[in-house]
Amino acid sequence: MKKYSFTEKKDTRSGFGAGLLEAGKKNENVVALCADLVGSLKMEAFIKEFPERFFQIGIAEANMMGIAAGMTIGGKIPFTGTFANFSTGRVYDQIRQSIAYSDKNVKICASHAGLTLGEDGATHQILEDIGLMKMLPGMTVINPCDYNQTKAATIAIADHHGPVYLRFGRPVVPIFTDPDQKFEIGKAWMVNEGKDVSIFATGHLVWEAILAGEKLAEMGIDAEIINIHTIKPLDEAAILKSVAKTRCVVTCEEHNRLGGLGDSVAQVLVKNDPLPQEYVAVDDSFGESGKPAELMTKYGLDSENIIKAVQKVIARKNAVKSPQVVEL
Amino acid sequence: MMNTEHVDLNKLTTVAKQVRRDIVRMVHQCQSGHPGGSLGCTDFLVALYFHIMNHKTDFNMDGTNEDLFFLSNGHISPVFYSVLARSGYFDVSELATFRKLDSRLQGHPTTHEGLPGIRIASGSLGQGLSVAIGAALTKKLNNDSSLVFTLHGDGELQEGQIWEAAMFAPHNKVDNLISTIDYNGQQIDGPTEKVLSLGNLKAKWEAFGWDVMEMNGNDLADVIRGLEEAKSRAFKGKPIMILMTTNMGHGVDFMMGSHKWHGVAPNDEQLQQALDQLVCDMQDY
Repeated sequence: MKKYSFTEKKDTRSGFGAGLLEAGKKNENVVALCADLVGSLKMEAFIKEFPERFFQIGIAEANMMGIAAGMTIGGKIPFTGTFANFSTGRVYDQIRQSIAYSDKNVKICASHAGLTLGEDGATHQILEDIGLMKMLPGMTVINPCDYNQTKAATIAIADHHGPVYLRFGRPVVPIFTDPDQKFEIGKAWMVNEGKDVSIFATGHLVWEAILAGEKLAEMGIDAEIINIHTIKPLDEAAILKSVAKTRCVVTCEEHNRLGGLGDSVAQVLVKNDPLPQEYVAVDDSFGESGKPAELMTKYGLDSENIIKAVQKVIARKNAVKSPQVVEL
Repeated sequence: MMNTEHVDLNKLTTVAKQVRRDIVRMVHQCQSGHPGGSLGCTDFLVALYFHIMNHKTDFNMDGTNEDLFFLSNGHISPVFYSVLARSGYFDVSELATFRKLDSRLQGHPTTHEGLPGIRIASGSLGQGLSVAIGAALTKKLNNDSSLVFTLHGDGELQEGQIWEAAMFAPHNKVDNLISTIDYNGQQIDGPTEKVLSLGNLKAKWEAFGWDVMEMNGNDLADVIRGLEEAKSRAFKGKPIMILMTTNMGHGVDFMMGSHKWHGVAPNDEQLQQALDQLVCDMQDY
């Protein structure tokens, strides 16, 4: 198992804030909009540097999505900022008609995604947003794993023409990716090469997968860990190349089991190379109040649950008998 | 650029008659669509595209240094398509494809099929005012001193997003925006006063901080007067809202003044009756 270490922890939303400032410096067409959550979205640095390119919308997310769509007409690249719940479910039809169907170059930037927003509870903990967004034709869906990757992704989406959903979170998490990385939309990142199981992880679950991989190595299991930061378009080639070797899969995400990364991977498998797969995901339920780590454990999203899923899927793989030859 | 200082009312009246012929023929041909609101807003759209707006028929999505129009009540697509074709955005023969398979003239307007003149999809109501505000903000950032126009249904004002946008535009002094409401008092299920009354619209928009005007949407001279006056009131710190009274179905006597022709196509006999009332010397598509 390749060694990953960290010296610092930061929230991925701060990676977004830093990336937004960089994107703003690189391209004068980048503008930012926020629905009364400037501090939570870490947009202060951009606002300080480019006050005339920031638009405070107030608590009116539907209006924000429409304004963002309109601002693209004339060449602006709008980045909208609010919580993931208010970036998707609350404004689904605005995104669908005015942004996705209208082919508008809007970057929907969503913080506080998933359970790890913590104490605010289920009203704010959206676990369906990846599914909602990936179902929209033409939408790119990205869920980076740490501060550095979120910053790099934010800069990258400004250069990509088309609507993007960028999902990140509130808690401080280890920074373990390269600060100078070049983020390639749709290109999976090989975290660790292995031969016994493919672990495909996104967002905060990538670090949990690394922790699981270290323990699995001690147990004699050689796990391949791949970071699927872009859920759409999905890096099907990387998935198929990995499973050709490992022959079983665990998918890990801070999202409902229904409609997330796991289902996207399952579709690739069933169409190309049907194999046993286990899901590390929320089992079709709402969240609740609590500390992020407590919630990740209770809802089965920590490294211990990844290890259990790996053991289960390897057992399933080994139980698959050679197909019997039936004489006709 | 199509703007002229001189108003040729006779010419505009003729164009409006032809557009009304196009509307009833298009809706009849596919036996679906929305003739009522289309006929009611014909004079407005003809005035806008044939006299008021500075616009280029050589279409480009960004629309820099030209006036833009956003149709928020997308179901009146027949009048929008006819006016776009008649003012040169695409060939009038394409009107025959309205609502048919593989057409760029979808039931509700969309950018998705690349039809020149359309800058946003609309149909799901209440979204166009926000979009227009966004386009107006970009014009300001780009130091582009042209205008943004919109049209909304009065029933559409029942959508909450309209009032989010209504609050935003005056607060942010979006004064390069001229919006219009098709105030015909009708919606699918009946008169607006019965379905969900709109109250005192003038007082409401004024209370939100808009510069509110009124005009008769079925009197071409008054539409031109109203839109010219609106232009003269732009760039003075407030967005402008025009309450435009219209008759749903205007121009075809049996379609006028009733919600019943909101989304119903005429049969062969009704089509002939309608065309007999809309005689003009232009060519049908």
